[in-house]
Amino acid sequence: MSEVKLSFPHPPARPDQAPDFSNIEIPPVGSLPVPSMDIEGHDCWPYAVGMIRVLDDDNTAHGPWADYLGEVSADTLRQGLRDMLKMRALDRRMLNAQRQGKTSFYLQCTGEEAIGCGFQRQLEQGDMNFPTYRQQSLLVAADYPLEALMGQLYSNDLDPLKGRQLPIMHSARDYGYFSVSGNLGTQYVQAVGWAMACALRGNGKIATGWIGDGATASNDFHSALLSASTYQPPVVLNVVNNQWAISTNTAVARGKGDTYAARALGYGVPALRVDGNDYLAVLAVSRWAIDRTRSGHGPIVIEWFTYRAAAHSTSDDPSAYRAKGEAEAWPLGDPITRLKAHLIARGDWSEERHVQAEAELLDEVVQVQKTVESHGTFVKPKPTAPADIFNGVYAEMPPHLRRQRQEMGH
Amino acid sequence: MARMTMIEALRSAMDVSLERDPSVIVFGEDVGYFGGVFRCTAGLQKKYGEERVFDTPINESAIVGLAVGMAAQGMKPCVEIQFADYMFPAYDQITQEAARLRHRSNEQFTCPMVVRMPTGGGIFGGQTHSQSPEALFTHVAGLKVVIPATPYDAKGLLIAAIEDPDPVIFLEPKRLYNGPFYGDHSGKSVPWSAHPAGEVPEGHYTVPLGKAAVVRAGSDVTVLTYGTMVYVTEAAVKETGRCVVVHEATRTSGFGAELIAEVQEACFWHLRAPIQRITGWDAPYPHAQEWDYFPSTARISRALNTVMED
Repeated sequence: MSEVKLSFPHPPARPDQAPDFSNIEIPPVGSLPVPSMDIEGHDCWPYAVGMIRVLDDDNTAHGPWADYLGEVSADTLRQGLRDMLKMRALDRRMLNAQRQGKTSFYLQCTGEEAIGCGFQRQLEQGDMNFPTYRQQSLLVAADYPLEALMGQLYSNDLDPLKGRQLPIMHSARDYGYFSVSGNLGTQYVQAVGWAMACALRGNGKIATGWIGDGATASNDFHSALLSASTYQPPVVLNVVNNQWAISTNTAVARGKGDTYAARALGYGVPALRVDGNDYLAVLAVSRWAIDRTRSGHGPIVIEWFTYRAAAHSTSDDPSAYRAKGEAEAWPLGDPITRLKAHLIARGDWSEERHVQAEAELLDEVVQVQKTVESHGTFVKPKPTAPADIFNGVYAEMPPHLRRQRQEMGH
Repeated sequence: MARMTMIEALRSAMDVSLERDPSVIVFGEDVGYFGGVFRCTAGLQKKYGEERVFDTPINESAIVGLAVGMAAQGMKPCVEIQFADYMFPAYDQITQEAARLRHRSNEQFTCPMVVRMPTGGGIFGGQTHSQSPEALFTHVAGLKVVIPATPYDAKGLLIAAIEDPDPVIFLEPKRLYNGPFYGDHSGKSVPWSAHPAGEVPEGHYTVPLGKAAVVRAGSDVTVLTYGTMVYVTEAAVKETGRCVVVHEATRTSGFGAELIAEVQEACFWHLRAPIQRITGWDAPYPHAQEWDYFPSTARISRALNTVMED
């Protein structure tokens, strides 16, 4: 008998087991200095397998990346907290709306709010994100009007995409949010193409790609890294490692690799791994990476280490495939709880102000929701005219589509 | 006017477009320094620099994926897939990204780009250098598909494709690159310099997309075809009478089926015989048996006689 055996990676725990994150190494705050902006891929190993952290367990911010950030104003941090609270309120309301049949589909980003909210605040007007369907926090921090966002979720006449796209696959060019595709990975390489065009046109803008840990397995992840390595365009390639691809644990996409950040080093692309639940680490690394990219040092990969606290989408039940209480057991905590505790420790926030802010933001979301629902929902539909599906297939409607529109009765 | 091969005509189209519009950019495998395996881009990198004409890694999904991002940003990429047979890794980017971007973003983002690829057989290319995948593109909403048959049309159509605001799949019948092909593979080939359609203006002109060309007017039979088959069919047509559809691609669900459906919808009561279809066989494109696979003048003549006898 052959001794050869295949490996089938498993999550640390399944539903009948207790959560187990003992395999995750969390280096101390301050273990990684801020590298020189012209760092090369082959010098990035400690950054790719370590973890950049700023907020410590005692809720203080310290270490070289805190020094790099310098004095962060209380207003900046309170803004970050409000962005995240608004994001979470929106997620909860929209999940409920889906449960009530008012929208066909929803997908939360619970636990991952710090990444998009912090990153977006470091971008400039004209930069372009190529998000996945779980980066709505970028839109919230870009102050995208909630009417448009919810209009799309309800597929009513406020939907800027006229009911053509799935609810959470937004497109908002003026807010730096590229049209989201449901095909995983495809947009990672498009971000590189957009960034190449920015460089060729010399417009000073950058592009940012987004992908989940699961979709790093797709061919376009590798196409993007190779293209970025070959042409050195101004692109920040983000990997949001939230540990789960629907029911498939990150161990399957990672294989025997060390980290997703380490994967970039083989392409000669510098890469860092960051505590994605630490709003201050997100601010520091985003600022450094975006500055570096904009100033012509080429592409960079950031692995945001986080945990998908909610279901993949409204179509799955995570209790069927992962251990109960895993989100609560996540060793890097919750991004909102941590930033709140830090602000309180600084003397810039209080429990009372937090409760008040939560109530205000919930109220804002609910008020918009009422207005948007008056334009129709899946329960009380008032969708865009069906004949509109023939518009925008081409710049000019060709004769065969005109005939088909007439056949439809319009 | 100059005498040009189809290769020279295509090169001239890219030259004119690169000259006129700084947002036009050309890239693909071997297209930069070397000028492409069929030489369609020869000299363009030297003339326009490597920021506008460059080589890529062997990664078709990246070639098209990068082009989608560039086009959305405002450039006009004209990319080359070395053989149509190599486009499959890029099929996702073509069909679900390029083709749909305008519609799904309600025109916030558009994708004005051209994907050029040599198509068809007749050069002993075997199953991975001979396929005719046009139906895989005509089936996709949001794409335009072009197959020229002469140097004059090739240049005018390629310029029109580059200037088009939407993604265009531009399939180049490789058997026609250096001359028309009348079906006699053992005979001496005719160069484009000996054919009137080899007369090509040196400057800018366009041939509109989506219009059929009448190669030969007549009243007995209508033959619908494109690409290499234009000449084979032309050679086979004598005086006949009804409708025959000819293409090199495999038969089942080929574009010929679409053409026949259109014809019978519009002309059913005028038809005097069932429409005949001459196509490649529903088997992978063979290497050594190429000429048994390729639709021959004999097969086309037989079909024309059949529709006349019915």
